Amino acid sequence: MSARDLLLKGGQIIDPSTGLNTIGDLLLRDGKVESAGDRIGTPDGAEVIDCTGLVVSPGFIDVHCHLREPGREDVETIATGARAAAAGGITAVCAMPNTDPVTDNQAAVGFVLKQGRAADSARVYPIGAISIGQNGERLAEFGEMVGAGAVAVSDDGKPVVSSQLMRTALEYARAFNIPVADHCEDPTLAAGGAMNEGIVSARLGLRGIPAEAEEIMAIRDILLARLTGGHVHLCHMSTKGSIELIRWGKERGIRVTAEACPHHLSLTEDCVEGYDTHAKMNPPLRTMADVEAVREGVRDGTIDVLATDHAPHHNDEKARAFADAPNGIVGLETALAVNITWLVKPGILSLATLIERMSCAPAKLFGLPGGSLARGTLGDVTVFDPTRSWKVDPAGFRTKGRNTPYGGQTLTGRAVCTVVGGRVVYREA
Amino acid sequence: MTSPLGKDLLGLEKLTAEQIGLILDTAEPLKEISERTIKKVPTLRGATIVNLFFEASTRTRISFEFAEKRMSADTVNVASAGSSISKGETLVDTARNLEAMKIDMVVIRHNSSGAAQFLAERIESNVINAGDGTHEHPTQGLLDLLTLRQRWGSLKGRKVCICGDVLHSRVARSNIWGLQKLGAEVAVCGPRSLLPSAIGEMGVTVFDRIEQAIEWADALNVLRLQLERMEGGYIPSLREYNRVFGVTRERLDRAPKEILIMHPGPMNRGVEIDSDVADGPHSVILDQVTNGVAVRMAVLYLLAGNSPRLAEAAKGGV
Amino acid sequence: MTPSRSVVLNARALERTLARMADEIVEQNDGTDDLVLVGIQRRGVHVAQRIAAVIAAREGVEVPRGALDITLYRDDLQTVGPRPIVGRTDIPMAIEGKSVVIVDDVLFTGRTVRAALNELADFGRPARVRLAVVIDRGGRELPIQPDVVGKYVEAQAGARVDVFVLEQDGRDEVVLETEPVA
Repeated sequence: MSARDLLLKGGQIIDPSTGLNTIGDLLLRDGKVESAGDRIGTPDGAEVIDCTGLVVSPGFIDVHCHLREPGREDVETIATGARAAAAGGITAVCAMPNTDPVTDNQAAVGFVLKQGRAADSARVYPIGAISIGQNGERLAEFGEMVGAGAVAVSDDGKPVVSSQLMRTALEYARAFNIPVADHCEDPTLAAGGAMNEGIVSARLGLRGIPAEAEEIMAIRDILLARLTGGHVHLCHMSTKGSIELIRWGKERGIRVTAEACPHHLSLTEDCVEGYDTHAKMNPPLRTMADVEAVREGVRDGTIDVLATDHAPHHNDEKARAFADAPNGIVGLETALAVNITWLVKPGILSLATLIERMSCAPAKLFGLPGGSLARGTLGDVTVFDPTRSWKVDPAGFRTKGRNTPYGGQTLTGRAVCTVVGGRVVYREA
Repeated sequence: MTSPLGKDLLGLEKLTAEQIGLILDTAEPLKEISERTIKKVPTLRGATIVNLFFEASTRTRISFEFAEKRMSADTVNVASAGSSISKGETLVDTARNLEAMKIDMVVIRHNSSGAAQFLAERIESNVINAGDGTHEHPTQGLLDLLTLRQRWGSLKGRKVCICGDVLHSRVARSNIWGLQKLGAEVAVCGPRSLLPSAIGEMGVTVFDRIEQAIEWADALNVLRLQLERMEGGYIPSLREYNRVFGVTRERLDRAPKEILIMHPGPMNRGVEIDSDVADGPHSVILDQVTNGVAVRMAVLYLLAGNSPRLAEAAKGGV
Repeated sequence: MTPSRSVVLNARALERTLARMADEIVEQNDGTDDLVLVGIQRRGVHVAQRIAAVIAAREGVEVPRGALDITLYRDDLQTVGPRPIVGRTDIPMAIEGKSVVIVDDVLFTGRTVRAALNELADFGRPARVRLAVVIDRGGRELPIQPDVVGKYVEAQAGARVDVFVLEQDGRDEVVLETEPVA
């Protein structure tokens, strides 16, 4: 708890959860929102930050990142990941359970929470595994993990291959009111694939992953959500077909929610040209038609949430022949800028909708505190400059990972100040 | 002081028709060297070439080795079995070690697409791709072009059909780009399960039946069908493959014109090609092998020359 | 300033020179027995053919001819820019025990002849090898002497001497171009 009040003065306060969009002041007291919008005098002893020309919004929440601890602390720790998040304007992250060992029991969940608190930066919420060891066989103990602080379950990194197991997970999760997040990939169709299947993969001689590998699992999960009434959350949707399927499910009132990631909104399979392993991720970068469809999905709400799928890897592991390199890129520190550059600047999303997808919706869908500046809400706030241009320099990242396809690019939009529980955890130097 | 091909030969897709023409024009007179009693010219004296084979290969490695030796280069063969490659050394470390040993050229065969480019970006030496995964095998493509050009004079307007497992074939890709650049019409024929799904976007005609391909083509380049493809479930059986897609004498006899038959080897006789076709009068398969050495000599000759260290040695020598 | 250009031999003079060279070659060889002419690509090949034609007319003997491309035997390959085009080497007869005359258009540093000698040695061991050139312009960098010379030309290091032949250049002419004086 913060002893001093914090006054964010004169910014454009945008809070889609309350419909607020005004120039004014935001006062945080005792770690909570005290008042938002009204111009107020500075309370005695309050810390004041001038937010003139900046946007003040409820803190961004990333429901999908890989913090690598325990197991690969050389690549990322919960602390470095949390600080990277804060530097990207993200006040809370959900850590995927595909660590070593897997976060598949209450003790492991407790460890992630403990490390998150010790990091003393962005909040870290654990996601528990669906199956023990993420082996896709036996259900993990959802109840105990939720009791220990897990906010969702997922076998991310791998799909839940067995439809029966997925059905059971969706049914069982209902008791705890948590989403079951699935990495949609038909493993037999995608087997050995290194990039999107198409003309580029044909030319480069790389094994392709067809869009259908994602779409088959997406529709299976949607149908299982219909069958069970459970809440399925589809991770990192990347194809035009997936967007259409999710839209179909939502139209029928099925409890399906979905996320998209900055790279699938900004880059295409052409980035793989030259065998650049920074363009290797799963799901792979797709075609321009897919990118446009996913953007439209974000715009019309078919995609509920913008997440990062932040996945740091060691440079040595990325410095390999394309097929041998691991999947994934870092994203915590570039997500806001990529989203602004490719969604807000071209006029696809308003700033308010961007904030809704990056803050309000994730809080609501994952049942997390925050995502709002209503009085009495958790004092997690992001202050950002939506017009600032900056050049991405991976060497300056707070994450240990340097694996980004955006290195050297000039992006627009940058977090200036990140506030967690009424306390500044990041402030631009 | 750059070579007309640039530093490396990684694939035919990025070469111009002029560059390909230069390689073929250079290869022609080099064929004579292999006819001499003393099959050797001093051109690459003092140059060190490493043949780095991460994947088993007999004919390509031997062909390169002959080419190198006939140009008087010093060669070292590194094969994956028994070397540090098999001990998990990364490609990066291999590259750094090679660089530290002051070599001039590397011929690399690797099972990953893009491996040659990966190496080329990390070392100063010239890199020649001797086959990377399912991407390209440029010297094979070049020797195929040379073989056809010797028969036809020009490839313009000629029809060449690549038959078989195009999906997994680096030879197919190098052939498609090379043939198209030299003005030939290119088709592919094989079961759709062995063709890339985006094959239509590569500017080639697709024949589902070998009979159609034979009716259309001036030459067939018959690819090797890896036995693993059956185990991988791409085709039901080799027997059926031969019956439906095999290039057989009976099928060729029905062709409206003479068709040249090529095969990059090693052949699975009785699977993708029958023996009496492979050994028949229209087979140019052995010409391909002969041309392979000449084309590789040409590539070595054309790539050499932007090595500063060799330039120094040359000044001090002779 | 433009370089100065002077004709060393015109078409008629070149014809006479080649005829005299043919005579000298036959004379030095004491007839045409075992005589082989090997031209250096590209103009040396044409010169050798002209000389062979003169010999055929005067002696009634077709002297065997060959062609050498010395590109692959050059000692400066690593320092020259774009790779020189490789020409055709064609030695259609055994040269073992023969009296070979290497024929070239211009003799300058001697490096081309050195390369030709090396290449020739890869085809066998002639009884003797002579050198016939249309122009000797001096400036040797190796201990090489011609046996038959069409004409000696005093040319400075920076000057060019070009032998043009009908077959390749559309005209017969020998031209000296000197560098402009600064």
